[in-house]
Amino acid sequence: MAQTSVLPPVLRESGQREVFCGLTSIVWLHRRMPDAFFLVVGSRTCAHLIQSAAGVMIFAEPRFGTAILGERDLAGLADANEELDRLVGDLLARRPEIRTLFLVGSCPSEVIKLDLAKAAERINTRMQGRVRVVNYSGSGIETTFTQGEDGALTSLVPLLPSNPEPQLLIVGTLADGVEERFLSLFARMGLETVRTLPPRQSTDLPPVGPGTRLLLAQPFVADTVRALERRGAQRIAAPYPLGVEGSCAWMAAAAAAFGIDPERVAAVLDPLAERGRRALEPLRRKLEGKRLFLLPDSQLEIPLARFLHRECGMELVEVGTPYLDRQLMAEELPLLPEGTQLSEGQDVEKQLERVRASRPDLVVCGMGLANPLEAEGFATKWSIELVFSPIHGCDQAADLAELFARPLNRRELLQWN
Amino acid sequence: MELTLWTYEGPPHVGAMRIAASMEGVHYVLHAPQGDTYADLLFTMIERRDRRPPVTYTTFQARDLGGDTAELVKRSIQQAVDRFKPEALLVGESCTAELIQDQPGSLACGMDLGVPVVSLELPAYSKKENWGAAETLYQLCRGLLKSQVPAPGTDRPGPERWKEENRRPRVNLLGPSLLGFRCRDDVRELRGLLADHGIDVNVVAPLGARPADLIRLPQADANLCLYPEVAGPLCSWLERNFGTPVVRTVPIGIGATAQFLRELCALLGLEPPELREADQRSRLPWYSKSVDSTYLTGKRVFIFADATHAIAAARIASRELGFTVVGLGSYSREQAREVRAAAKELGLEALISDDYLEVEQAMAQAAPELVLGTQMERHSAKRLGIPCAVISAPLHVQDVPARYAPQMGWEGANVIFDSWVHPLMMGLEEHLIGMFRHDFEFVDGHLSHLGGAAAPAAQPMAAPVNEETEVTPLSATPEGGSLRWTASGEAELSRIPFFVRGKVRRNTEAYANERGVAEITEETLYEAKAHFSR
Ligand code: SF4
Ligand code: SF4
Repeated sequence: MAQTSVLPPVLRESGQREVFCGLTSIVWLHRRMPDAFFLVVGSRTCAHLIQSAAGVMIFAEPRFGTAILGERDLAGLADANEELDRLVGDLLARRPEIRTLFLVGSCPSEVIKLDLAKAAERINTRMQGRVRVVNYSGSGIETTFTQGEDGALTSLVPLLPSNPEPQLLIVGTLADGVEERFLSLFARMGLETVRTLPPRQSTDLPPVGPGTRLLLAQPFVADTVRALERRGAQRIAAPYPLGVEGSCAWMAAAAAAFGIDPERVAAVLDPLAERGRRALEPLRRKLEGKRLFLLPDSQLEIPLARFLHRECGMELVEVGTPYLDRQLMAEELPLLPEGTQLSEGQDVEKQLERVRASRPDLVVCGMGLANPLEAEGFATKWSIELVFSPIHGCDQAADLAELFARPLNRRELLQWN
Repeated sequence: MELTLWTYEGPPHVGAMRIAASMEGVHYVLHAPQGDTYADLLFTMIERRDRRPPVTYTTFQARDLGGDTAELVKRSIQQAVDRFKPEALLVGESCTAELIQDQPGSLACGMDLGVPVVSLELPAYSKKENWGAAETLYQLCRGLLKSQVPAPGTDRPGPERWKEENRRPRVNLLGPSLLGFRCRDDVRELRGLLADHGIDVNVVAPLGARPADLIRLPQADANLCLYPEVAGPLCSWLERNFGTPVVRTVPIGIGATAQFLRELCALLGLEPPELREADQRSRLPWYSKSVDSTYLTGKRVFIFADATHAIAAARIASRELGFTVVGLGSYSREQAREVRAAAKELGLEALISDDYLEVEQAMAQAAPELVLGTQMERHSAKRLGIPCAVISAPLHVQDVPARYAPQMGWEGANVIFDSWVHPLMMGLEEHLIGMFRHDFEFVDGHLSHLGGAAAPAAQPMAAPVNEETEVTPLSATPEGGSLRWTASGEAELSRIPFFVRGKVRRNTEAYANERGVAEITEETLYEAKAHFSR
């Protein structure tokens, strides 16, 4: 990435934030690791949040639940600890198939300083290896949306076996199909030892050690990366695998880190890139020149903006992110066009005023804002879908672009006279 | 601490949001951590509202906790008042804010904001959504009406004062709110119904009301408590302080609507309604009497909902559709007494619970042919292979339909007939499947009028089939695994039409257990059948 661009200072705002808390990540993590259970220790609000976010999925096999604190638990921490142990005991007795139990902290449990790390230790000792109990915080006061996944993965790092052998470790949840595709592409390049975190089974944890090279599939895994680095792993600098350009650069960076002959890499990637760009063509025609405003949500905003600008020709009005980790964005930021206005944090009322004043063609935002903005005449794309859809890789580039073209198409399609 | 996989109600501040969002000109400042704004999407997605709920959240984060969160509250209040210029302000806490005790309500009261401020105390660790809604509506009205309350001992105008004042009688419709079940259309239906009887609507609240409208509440001749979960405390308070009488019959169903009209007319001193009105205005009575409905007789139905809708449904099911109610329950603890009374009338013990696994278990045990419930019962029923219709909140986006779909009044009864009967197998199909079970298209459990939607496995009560439903079987073999079905027993069981097969299986197993029979043969099945038919 030789190119650098000049960006104006990041707009830092504080005020009302219209974002999910980290608990929401349970919604996809429990599907990824079906042998794990996520037990939130919190209030009825936390239980209500998860069921609202999980929508219809709540009714599938319950692999998450909430230990709702009652007045008695608030009155005395000793009681609360006992209660938690009892409840976990009951749960594990009823669900012997659970292999890993995540105790997930919430705002109420953090505020009353209920020590879930200690609780996890206590229960671990008692269970004697039958289940592994770990803990992390998904509270709104500490985490925003996808940061919950970062917490969950970080809590698994101490459990990873040690192994100094060279291997590539992909960090961050990928859709199953996308993951398989990446593994087969890496195999074609001659990169055989590729593992993923999170794994599909919580007990099937990848090893880590000085030979491990980390390739980040998602931009929101900062703490996980730091924990892995402390165990000897090294991060491969690369942009994120969104779009043709990002995906190719991402795979090429991994191959380069393992000293694979660039020609062999090109032989695998070039046809993919060529096909991916062809698939993108009609979507580029749709999106080109359209002005885009992204509100903060998942930390995917910067790589998405990069893809939509460079490969789809969209103009960027403002790119909001809940949290900007400059190190993990080091390869993305230079790819943004000069003058891109970044914002970190949020004052939603002021940000909406900027949306109204700049009249973008498309606003990427959360579900709490999407319909109200549509009613004001803005086309919107609700952002949570981006976390639930297979969007990574060259083959997915057109699908990703289509997610943004669809609301614009729809507006042209609908007519009332 | 209580393990919850699913909650029928949200926390009480969501109830308060429902009041604020239902009204106009009311704003709600909620002291809450970053993340609690998720509740906005209940309104923007489920209710499909075209604007944001009128709620300002302080969205504090961990780093704010070290500093002055009270200052943050004050700033948020001031900004909300400046920006939204509400006519009344609600100030309250979410569960996390309740722990840090900034007293946002009293802070607001000390701020000289120039608008009426209602400070909400909603104990999040002991109360729930409906309680929060009822308390908020009550506190808001009380705050706005305090100065109007007549001194004790003053003469209160009677419900017939409209005659002296030479005008039509007028009533308040209290309780309809967003995220309530079909409130939008219930209000429209009732407006029409009341207009037909020469009764005007004074105020509808909270749905669509402004604070100025609440100030006019005492001008009504009577209050209609349409949703006691939300309006119960307010109606009682208005009755105590302003002497306004309350009609508590909820007009859902033919009988209830007729009773509601009789009560209201008697109260207001109007001519009693015509006896034939129901037959003339609703199709339910004729549809239910017509021969096509004969097969509905004795269909076993399990009902679980909020108290209002559960009680109404039990009456309609048992008296107006000829079903047999085999289970009745509610998650509304505040109205438990009424639900128990309704259950007792039907010879049942009411299930009062907010544990959906317990409800699912009761459902499985009752082995009904139809479930009338909430969003959750829809899914338990699907898991068990039982047809189901939704009759109450909590609801999903499909229960806020575009079309006119009231539950109350005469048209409400029409809607109810269609939506409850639709999931059941139509009569002819039922006969044919009972007679010929080798058809390659109309297989066992197929409901062809639903486009082949629900197709329960051959044993609807046994272990569920796919990944989505991998729970421990709820009812396969009760007391220990000592029971065994022989091949002949199984074969005979499979000859029972699928919608009653669950019941027959349970009965037979109970019968076998009682008699210590370890192996169930076809004869055991028939013995059990004879035993239970006595
Ligand atoms: S923001 Fe905090 S209190 Fe609210 S749901 Fe998330 S963890 Fe629970
Ligand atoms: S689709 Fe099936 S489960 Fe859903 S309401 Fe209709 S009958 Fe019930």
